[in-house]
Amino acid sequence: MKSRHQRLLLILAGLAVLAAIAALVLNAFQGNLVFFFSPAEVAAGQAPKDRMFRVGGLVKEGSIRREADGVTLVFIVTDTEKELPVRYKGILPDLFREGKGAVVQGRIGGDGVFAATEVLAKHDENYTPPEAAQAVGDARKRREAIEATAKTLQK
Amino acid sequence: MNWYRFASPQAFYPLAGRMIPWFWALAAIFGIAGLVVGFLVAPGDARQGEGYRIIFLHVPASWMSMFIYLVMAFWAGLGLIFNFRLSHMMARALAPTGAMFAFLSLWTGSLWGKPMWGTWWAWDARLTSELILLFLYVGFIALQAAIDDPRRADRAGAILALVGVVNIPIIYFSVKWWNTLHQGSSVNLAKSSMAATMLCGMLLCALACWMYAIAVSLARARRIMIEREKDTLWVREEVMKEAKGGM
Repeated sequence: MKSRHQRLLLILAGLAVLAAIAALVLNAFQGNLVFFFSPAEVAAGQAPKDRMFRVGGLVKEGSIRREADGVTLVFIVTDTEKELPVRYKGILPDLFREGKGAVVQGRIGGDGVFAATEVLAKHDENYTPPEAAQAVGDARKRREAIEATAKTLQK
Repeated sequence: MNWYRFASPQAFYPLAGRMIPWFWALAAIFGIAGLVVGFLVAPGDARQGEGYRIIFLHVPASWMSMFIYLVMAFWAGLGLIFNFRLSHMMARALAPTGAMFAFLSLWTGSLWGKPMWGTWWAWDARLTSELILLFLYVGFIALQAAIDDPRRADRAGAILALVGVVNIPIIYFSVKWWNTLHQGSSVNLAKSSMAATMLCGMLLCALACWMYAIAVSLARARRIMIEREKDTLWVREEVMKEAKGGM
């Protein structure tokens, strides 16, 4: 075997070992690499109880309301399976909307409400012109209307 | 054709010199086309409005930062195995450009994150692994600069470059493996979730970045060749030729 072949094998073996180590380490740290927990995971008690953590999900449609002081905001974060009420006082990012993704940081208070100190908006990987988004929304509405009519007719 | 001929700096130097202007020209053409499509043709985004347009720099820069690292590690590995002088020089020439793109990716990402997410920075898996990539580039450059003997510097740098390769799949798949603030990838080989004109502008900008990266690293590789082989006859001849041509 030529020495350059030996070096090639050595490097390949080294990289394979390295990849295996990385995979094991990442697997071991799995829990710490997660940026946020889902409301279902929080409900299952997987979130840390003694320190701050983040919860991510969709802001439930129609759930945003202001408390009497006018600056404190209460809304519900949902993963469509479980829901978590959140209270937050502060500035919201522009993209924070009902029905869209958000990540909140804080801890769960005694009353079961998540007291957030930071609210981040999460957007998805879709980029569409407004007219297209409008068209998709309209089409969905039309389809729903047709389905509703069909249901009524069946009755 | 004997490809090994171009593995010697002596043959590669003039070839690279002839190629560089072409890559600059292509970079300019693709860059202008990409910016025109990106800023004048592509529509605003339904959710993010005009702010999303930073994608035309952010995504190409991120792609380049990862891809250049792979190419750099490939050259470094080749140099380690075959002891080609040229491949170590190429690895060295690529590092600063890769570092620049990694920095650009983090910087534009930060500028984008503040208005959209509501924060400049989050310790999320995608962002953190990209930051580690920048550190790897800087570490590679620093390590090579710290060792005087170029051959030892090359070998030390090559090992660092190869070890760092582990980070590239972590960056790329981080948004799939873990919950991250960063959204998933919009484009892969099979499909894209972007409107066609937006995608077109982004791909043109990515091509411009490619051409720029090739032009700059070839120019840098030529400098490194001259510097390292300054005592050889061919360098003296090339310098004489260029001095004559310049007058």
